[in-house]
Amino acid sequence: MGWTDKTISALVEPNRAHRKAYVDPDLFELEMERIFERLWIYIGHESQVKSPGDYYLAQVGRQPMVMTRDHNGEIHVLYNRCPHRGTQLCSARKGNAGRRIRCSYHAWMFNLDGSLDRIPASEGYDGTDLKMDAPEFQVQKAPRADNYRGFWFASLAEEGPDLESHLGYAKTAFDQLIDRAPGGETEVVGECFHMIQQSNWKIFLENQLDASHPGATHESTGVAAMTVEREMRGVGNEPPVAYGFLSDFARLGIDGWGKFGTVGHPQGHCTLEGYMGLRPDDEDTNEYVRLMYEAYGEEQAEEILGVNLHHVLVYPCLSVQPPLQQLRAVRPLGPDRTLTEIWHFRLKDAPEAIYQRALGYYYLVNSPSTMVNADDLFNWWKVQHGLNSNASDWVSFHRNAGFDVVEDDVRKSTPGSMSEMPMRHMMQVWKNYMASNDGEK
Amino acid sequence: MSVGEFAKILANSNHFQVAEVSIATQLSVERFLHQQAEFLDEKQWDDWLALFSDDGRYWMPAAEDQSDGEGLPNIFWENLDLMRMRIARNNHPQAHSQAPENRLCHVVSNVIVENEDENGDIIVRSRFHCAEYLRYEVRNFTGKYRHYLKHTDSGYLIALQRADLVNREGPYDYVLQWWL
Ligand code: FES
Ligand SMILES: [Fe+2]
Repeated sequence: MGWTDKTISALVEPNRAHRKAYVDPDLFELEMERIFERLWIYIGHESQVKSPGDYYLAQVGRQPMVMTRDHNGEIHVLYNRCPHRGTQLCSARKGNAGRRIRCSYHAWMFNLDGSLDRIPASEGYDGTDLKMDAPEFQVQKAPRADNYRGFWFASLAEEGPDLESHLGYAKTAFDQLIDRAPGGETEVVGECFHMIQQSNWKIFLENQLDASHPGATHESTGVAAMTVEREMRGVGNEPPVAYGFLSDFARLGIDGWGKFGTVGHPQGHCTLEGYMGLRPDDEDTNEYVRLMYEAYGEEQAEEILGVNLHHVLVYPCLSVQPPLQQLRAVRPLGPDRTLTEIWHFRLKDAPEAIYQRALGYYYLVNSPSTMVNADDLFNWWKVQHGLNSNASDWVSFHRNAGFDVVEDDVRKSTPGSMSEMPMRHMMQVWKNYMASNDGEK
Repeated sequence: MSVGEFAKILANSNHFQVAEVSIATQLSVERFLHQQAEFLDEKQWDDWLALFSDDGRYWMPAAEDQSDGEGLPNIFWENLDLMRMRIARNNHPQAHSQAPENRLCHVVSNVIVENEDENGDIIVRSRFHCAEYLRYEVRNFTGKYRHYLKHTDSGYLIALQRADLVNREGPYDYVLQWWL
C-alpha cells in the first residue's frame, strides 16, 4: 500500500494505535527512512575503539556502518562499504585494521578516516576518469557524527537538530553514567550480549516504561527469588542485592508500581523515575558514597546521586539504566525482528562491589539465560502474533488517558498511576516523524 | 579451594592432556557425565542438584579466553542458590515462557580424563550436543564440557561444570532457560 501522510496519521489516535504500525513491511521501510536514517542513532562508546586502527561495527537503520579510530586518535563513523565494487570492508564485529583498512577483494587501501590511500597496479586507471581524490572513491562518511561525553551517535541526514538539542533532557542518562563514577569516567565492559527479539522495535520501547507489566509478567521469577532469599536468610546468609531486583516483582505485586512516575519529552525520549535509587544502607554503598564525596564534595555528590532515574529511553534507539550502569541499543531488522546490543559499564574508581551489583542485574535480567526477559521476550513474540490477526485493528493505551499533566513541552503521567502515557506519547511523536513528509520527494 | 581457583585450574591446565587412568575410572567418569545429562533431559532436578558440591557451580562463559566467571559477564554462572531459583521459577504455574515446557535431549561423548590427582579428583573434558524442542521448533546447541569432579566416599561431586558453547559470542534469538 502506498502510505501517505494522511493514511499514516490515521494510524495514531490519542488513546490507541493501529496494529499496522507494528506489522506492515512498507511502513517498516518508511520508519527506517524517516526515523532511523534521519534521527541521531547510537553507534557506540569511545572505549570500544581505544587504540588507533580499532574499529567496531554498528547499524544505522538499514545501513551497515563502522566506527573507527584513526592514527591521530580521531573517531569516525563510515559506511562499511568499499567504493570500488561495494564489498563490505570490515567483517569481524570488532578488530584492529592496523595502519590502513585493506579491502579483501582487490586490495584498495583506505586510511582509518575513510580516505583512499592507494590502489594496487594503479596505472590501469591512467587516462580513465577515476580520480583518486574524488569523493566517490573515498569510503563514505555518515553525513553527521558527533558524541556526547564519549557516547557516539550518527545521523544519516545532512541537516536537522544537532546532537545535543536532539538529546535534550536525555543527556542526563549519559551524565549519570559518567558522573556516578568517582573517577569521572566510564568504560564498556567486555563484549555486549546480542539478543534478537521476535517482535517490532516499538514493542520493546513501550515495554520498558510499562509499569503495569512487571508484577504480572515476572510473577514466577519474583516468587522464586523471594523463596530463595527467605531460605538464605533462614541459614544466616544475606542474599546479594541483585536478587532483590527479582523478588521486587513479587513484593510489589501487579498494582504496586504506581509510585514511579514517567515523563515524556518532545523528541520522543521518555523516563521512568523513582525506582531503584540503589542507595541501600550497606557497607559497600556507604564506601561508594564516601568516595563520591571525596571526588566531588558532599553537595555535588548528593546532587549526582539524587538524580533518581531508573530508566531513560533515548528515542528511537536506546534504553539506558544509569544506576545499573547498563545500556541497550535497538537495531530493527524487520517489522517482526529486532536486535538489541546490551552493554554494561564500569565506573572508574567505584568499589568493585558496586560493579558486581550492576553485573548481577546484567546477568539476571539481560544475559542469554535471563530469568526475567525470558518472559518479556515471549510476551513480545506473542504480541507480534496477536497483531497479525484481524480480530481488531487497535492496540489500547487507555490506562489513565486524559489525565496526563502537561507542563511546557513535557508530558507527565498522572501521579500514583501506572499510566500508559509513555506509549501514547511515543506514538504521537512517531506520527510527527512519520507523517510530515508529503511533497518532500 | 574456591570456585575461582577451580575455574583457573580448568582454564590454565593443558586441554590436550590425556591421563592414564584405569578402565574402571574411565567408565565411572563417563557414567557420571551421562547421568548428569540424563537428569537434565528428564528434569530430575533434585538428582541433578545433588551432583554438585555445596559450593559447586555451573558455568557457561561468554568469551573464549575467560579464566574466571566471577566479576565478568557470563551466559551462566550459577551456584546452588541460583539453580534453586531457576528451578522454582521455571516450574511456577505463571512461568508462561515455559508453557508448554521445553524438551531437551543431550548426547555426551569424546570423554577424555585429563588428570586424576592423588585424592582421586578428576579433570575431564567431553563434547555435548543438545537439541531443544520449544514452541514447535528444534534448536541445536553444541559445545565442550570441562568438569572438575571431587572424589568423595559416595562418588563424584561437581565442583565446577564449564560448558563452552560453540556460538557463545553469537546473537541469541532464544533464551537458555535451562542448563545445557
Ligand atoms: S571491491 Fe574493494 S577493492 Fe575491489
Ligand atoms: Fe519485563
